[in-house]
Amino acid sequence: MGAHIIGQSVPRKEGRDKVTGRARYVDDLTFPEMIHGVTVRSAVARGRIRGIHFEGGIPWAEFTIVTAKDIPSKNCVALLVEDQPCLADEFVNHPEEPVVLLAHPDKYLLEEARRAVRIDIEPLPAIFTIDDSLAKKQVIWSEDNIFKTFRVEKGDVDSAWGKADFIVEGEYETAAQEQLYIEPQGMIARVDAKEGVTVWGSLQCPYYVHKALVRLFGLPKERIRVVQTETGGGFGGKEEYPSMIACHAALLAWKSGKPVKIIYDRAEDMAATTKRHPSRTRHRTGITRDGKLLAMEIDFTLDGGVYETLSPVVLSRGTIHAAGPYNCPNVRIRSRAVATNAPPHGAFRGFGAPQSVFALERHLDRVASAVGLAPEELRRRNFIREGQALAVSQVIHEKVDMGRLLDRALDLSGYYAKRKRFQEENLRSAIKRGIGFAAFLHGAGFTGSGEEYLASEVALEATREGRVRVLAGSTEMGQGTNTIFAQIAAETLGLDYEQIEILQPDTAVVPNSGPTVASRTAMIVGKLVESAARAVQQTLFKSGILKQGYGTKDFANACRQYIDKFGTLQSLVKYEHPRDLHWDDENYRGDAYGAYAWAVYVAEVSVDTRTAEVRVEDFVAVQEVGKVINPVLAAGQIEGGVAQGIGFALYENVVWQEGRMVNGQMTNYIMPTSMDVPPIRVFFEEIPYARGPAGAKGIGELPLDGTAPAIANAIAHATGVDILRIPVTPESLLSLLESVHA
Amino acid sequence: MPEAARKIRVQCVINGRAATFETYPMARLLDVLREQAGLTGTKEGCGEGECGACSIEMDGALVNSCLVPALQAEGAKIRTIEAVADDARLHAVQQAFVTHGGAQCGICTPGMILAAVNLLTRNPRPSEAEIREGLSGNLCRCTGYTKIFASVVEACREAEKRA
Repeated sequence: MGAHIIGQSVPRKEGRDKVTGRARYVDDLTFPEMIHGVTVRSAVARGRIRGIHFEGGIPWAEFTIVTAKDIPSKNCVALLVEDQPCLADEFVNHPEEPVVLLAHPDKYLLEEARRAVRIDIEPLPAIFTIDDSLAKKQVIWSEDNIFKTFRVEKGDVDSAWGKADFIVEGEYETAAQEQLYIEPQGMIARVDAKEGVTVWGSLQCPYYVHKALVRLFGLPKERIRVVQTETGGGFGGKEEYPSMIACHAALLAWKSGKPVKIIYDRAEDMAATTKRHPSRTRHRTGITRDGKLLAMEIDFTLDGGVYETLSPVVLSRGTIHAAGPYNCPNVRIRSRAVATNAPPHGAFRGFGAPQSVFALERHLDRVASAVGLAPEELRRRNFIREGQALAVSQVIHEKVDMGRLLDRALDLSGYYAKRKRFQEENLRSAIKRGIGFAAFLHGAGFTGSGEEYLASEVALEATREGRVRVLAGSTEMGQGTNTIFAQIAAETLGLDYEQIEILQPDTAVVPNSGPTVASRTAMIVGKLVESAARAVQQTLFKSGILKQGYGTKDFANACRQYIDKFGTLQSLVKYEHPRDLHWDDENYRGDAYGAYAWAVYVAEVSVDTRTAEVRVEDFVAVQEVGKVINPVLAAGQIEGGVAQGIGFALYENVVWQEGRMVNGQMTNYIMPTSMDVPPIRVFFEEIPYARGPAGAKGIGELPLDGTAPAIANAIAHATGVDILRIPVTPESLLSLLESVHA
Repeated sequence: MPEAARKIRVQCVINGRAATFETYPMARLLDVLREQAGLTGTKEGCGEGECGACSIEMDGALVNSCLVPALQAEGAKIRTIEAVADDARLHAVQQAFVTHGGAQCGICTPGMILAAVNLLTRNPRPSEAEIREGLSGNLCRCTGYTKIFASVVEACREAEKRA
């Protein structure tokens, strides 16, 4: 058997193709006869379509034109429910709603044609804020504008207030954030009588796209095929929206009889596709004189945009994470996602948790100050321990030591000394320095019984030469799926990393291992890869061809013998939900996640009080994510997530006008550059998780949860200003600084 | 407009080979490279010179090919990502990106590598501040840049060893 591959920083599987420019992304592909497609959108937030006019100067007869009338089966982008149309028919409900599709061989003429389509819309009153939606100023979705509500109850909050020595309240807001993957969204579709509908594209979830196309065309499942091309970043932004583009490209391909490519330019991508849900959280916290949490009442609201899409699920994760890694006997969380006339908000790394964790960790610093405790001391007195229960009454059975993570993070960042030194130095300087932290957890995998419903599958097959192929629908989008799957299979089978191949996700070839979301790929699907590898090994052992203690040559010989005798050597495994995990969906109680990652992040900032500019000077991220499969990739996940969190906290500000993003360019929507990121110092504690592959848990979303509140707490420490809202742009901080000094 | 809409002939040297194109004078060099020369390693991220995914070398200078009109390529020597490796042997910067996690999703990587190679040509031993500045025109959404800096530092070390 080979040396251990788990825990080694083997190079990324597709790394060589990426550094040489050979990796093929969707826009790099062409097909014979391929033409181009574009989308014509509403431009009005809400209204009734009176007519569609194709103005002069364009040879319209050369164009393929698709409207809602052309849709062969159901006009929807099927997801949880079927409320989002593929193309608006009578009504438009947000200003980027697709209405008409055009295709033509000449991209330049196509762009002129797009501008020559005039959609005549009679405007209707629209709503754009959480408050207007809750007040039902206009009812735009169902009877009350509410997509979903949750209520979590633990203990008896109402009778706890009387015992509290302090009650601290606060209201916190987070803004929309654009995923800003550097590869814009795109799809190519081909439709023919023999093969049915095939799409190639940049996407996270091949089987989501598959489901949407089945519904749109009313075709049997085997007549729809979805292939993931190399994907230039996703971060949740390519979870649900690719279904829309695939539907559009497929409609144009079906009507024109030619392959059609749709590639969004940056402006269209930023304006029309999903963003992180804006949020508002209200906290009311009862606490004793000695800093023990008695009662937490949390009210959490998300702006979902105009269609339901994934809002109920985002709300769910945000709700469950809203009370953090603390032991509080009495908790009530009420939450809701509401409709506004903006494009639907959607999945973005963290999925609701970054919003509610920001509110909680900012709030707890304010609670500490009200009680007269240091922020770290307040956390320490309330951290959850083994045997205690989270807000959803999930008793923690894993080993958890938040106190140790906190100590280590504060130590590595020089927290105590800096806290003291900055306070003195700040008196004499226009540049104020501060240091702050956040403590948090992130659940891996789908919530509650979600994994049970998904019932993911992974297959493995061996070749006659002793090579092993992993077949899964899980996608590589930079986070390292290919590499860690290969490591897990190689480790399990005792083979070399190079002997493992990961097949391109293609619904005609790979089974459905579920969507590539929710920090589930390493822990849930990785475990299936391990089981599938184990099954192949067992087959060979049982056949008597392979003996314990084999080498790679023995394995290859055994594969050859087995395949010569039986034809193929493969395994297919299906997820089985652990029997001791119970979830009560009705009362929102129970084992919300199989495992949690735990973390404490520390941010050091400087604030120039003359310009109100904030710089993050140093960042320490300490986390426990189970066994680390590939240290370089894992650290890369944290570093990249922290950088996105810095953007969320300081720079990334979507400017809205009547439901439309008006700064949809990289020149005026600002993400961190190489000049803006501090040294990001990443540390792992490793406590193997018994049910993860080689002990691994989920990691991908974690860093988005704690980065922004750590930075906001550091700014508050530096300036004495109460930060209640992110992003903390210079403009917003300047007015806060002025109000403090006024 | 009618004048600008007439195609012109552009002659240049791409990756060491003479090339001739018929194209509109204001066509983006990015499109000429990708669609006519078939060099799809050069990527489009924003189309307005902000993200650097389309970075190439033109007469030794790093440029955003989305902002270069085709007519400006007349007589120019152009290098794209496809010509950074020496046959099968990766450039030290490419090798370092593979080994040290400098590439994740890979879409910014060709531009980032050209920016790093260009920086090291001008300044073989850059400080960390110089690396940050040298790469500041290239946006990466995956890595937080940390492993990119590490890759460039490692490439310098390797280049010194190879020299």
